[in-house]
Amino acid sequence: MPLLEVKNLTKAFGGLMAVDDVSFHVEDGEIVGLIGPNGSGKTTTFNCINQFFPVTSGNILFKRKSIIGLKTHQICHLGIGRTFQVVKPLARMTVLENVTASAFCRVNTIKEAKDEALRVLEFCNLADQKDKLAKSLPIAGRKRLEIARSLATKPELLLLDETAAGLNPGELDEAIELIKKIRDIGISILIVEHIMKVIMTISDRIHAINFGQTIAEGSPREVANNPAVIEAYLGEQHASR
Amino acid sequence: MKKNHLFMIILGIFFLIFPLVIHSHYYQHLVIIIFMWVVIGSSWNLLAGYTGQVSFGHAIFFGVGAYTAGIFATKLGISAWWGMVFGGFFSMLAGLFVGWVCFRLRGPYFALATLAGGEIIRLIATNWESLTEGMVGILIIQTFKSKLSYYYIAFVLAISCIYVIHLIMKSKWGYYFVSIREDEDAASSLGINTSLYKNISLLVSSFFTGMAGAFYMNYMAFIDPEVVFSLHYVSIMAILVGIVGGVATIWGPAVGAFVMVGLQETFRSSFFGLAPKWISQAHAMAFGLLVIFVIMFLANGIVGDWSKIKRNIFRIKPSNA
Repeated sequence: MPLLEVKNLTKAFGGLMAVDDVSFHVEDGEIVGLIGPNGSGKTTTFNCINQFFPVTSGNILFKRKSIIGLKTHQICHLGIGRTFQVVKPLARMTVLENVTASAFCRVNTIKEAKDEALRVLEFCNLADQKDKLAKSLPIAGRKRLEIARSLATKPELLLLDETAAGLNPGELDEAIELIKKIRDIGISILIVEHIMKVIMTISDRIHAINFGQTIAEGSPREVANNPAVIEAYLGEQHASR
Repeated sequence: MKKNHLFMIILGIFFLIFPLVIHSHYYQHLVIIIFMWVVIGSSWNLLAGYTGQVSFGHAIFFGVGAYTAGIFATKLGISAWWGMVFGGFFSMLAGLFVGWVCFRLRGPYFALATLAGGEIIRLIATNWESLTEGMVGILIIQTFKSKLSYYYIAFVLAISCIYVIHLIMKSKWGYYFVSIREDEDAASSLGINTSLYKNISLLVSSFFTGMAGAFYMNYMAFIDPEVVFSLHYVSIMAILVGIVGGVATIWGPAVGAFVMVGLQETFRSSFFGLAPKWISQAHAMAFGLLVIFVIMFLANGIVGDWSKIKRNIFRIKPSNA
């Protein structure tokens, strides 16, 4: 059963078609990669899915129910978590408080929320940083905190927006490990990523877009060899070779 | 932690027996006013300090509370003390309206909208003479002759306000308020209904400020729009109490109320008669200088930067010796 179905999604900012008639779906337990050059509409797609922006036309179904018109916080309660490309740590709260605040999404008492937060921090290898202020974390820690925070809301589908950007090679491997671990506990993932090492190793399927339109779709290998994708990334000469 | 509790108990006992030892009406009056500002400052702090929605219009809630008590007493003939309840309630209604209009805006735009709201309601209160008596103001008869009753009512009000805010900040609501302050978009993506919780914060804040307003009506027995809806003497003062004492700290507004009322009184009385009379005109300037000083050296207020203050004092001492 498809967990998330995006049907003919279109988002226009005035005359600019940021996302133009894009359709894809995420099956239960799958990792789907969303790739495309800068400005191709990946983050806009995310912002449409969690209803930061009202969509211009098209439909988004989560577990076969349309989520168009819901509020962002309701999307989270339905079971769609997200991280931000430009990390948004709750800067003057500690790491533990950051995650506790989001754990309240599913539980009501302080104790339950803290226990859940500690569990998630352990899972994300952040437990030893729990009493630090979020703003004191380096970028790798902040990216991890983004993931921990959305995991604490117990999502069924996680939207990861460039969680590996800006990481060094060692941190990159850890990030890949973490994403695999998340998949293994049964959370489906839709991931936007520029780093090919990440997207090619973990995705079950890849959906490529450019200028807001779908240009390719399929397994990582198929997409990597698709002329339209090569053209979008490297230019025409490389595509014809 | 233990040390803090002991300190609080001593402080509590001190204020409990203060009016029994110090019989001067003047000093009792000062402490009553400080208690009132503790309530207003703490309420402002809940909304602005913890939830990040900086209000320049707390006079709206103070004035609505005061006028509710006053109008109920003069038009309906019921005790103005009922105004403590109804004042808080009507203040919340005002808060609901302010939230409905102003929470469409964020950050500085929200602040400006509340500023405008305060001025609008002051003009309404000035001109709607059939209800508010306009500039003539409302005069009631004080219930108690001695200041003692007022003192203890204000004391209980201040303590309960601080305690309720303390409880809120330790609960789920507290986490949500601070999350909203830190990043509203992140908060909503974490499942926090930001507009609901901003309104809750505003309603609690306006309730206590309204009660403080109703208390002011009962205590001073006279109000007019220029006093209770004043931008300068209420809205700005609430902000100063919060900033000087320490934004987003439980005890900050209490300390701020002490400093600000003390400073205001020092200038109003021309340094208790020691300085020439003209100096009382300079109080606005003194407030300005204080704000500059606090922002430059104590950005987190007296309570927020207490460790820094202590460190500096201890560093200076040995070098003097």
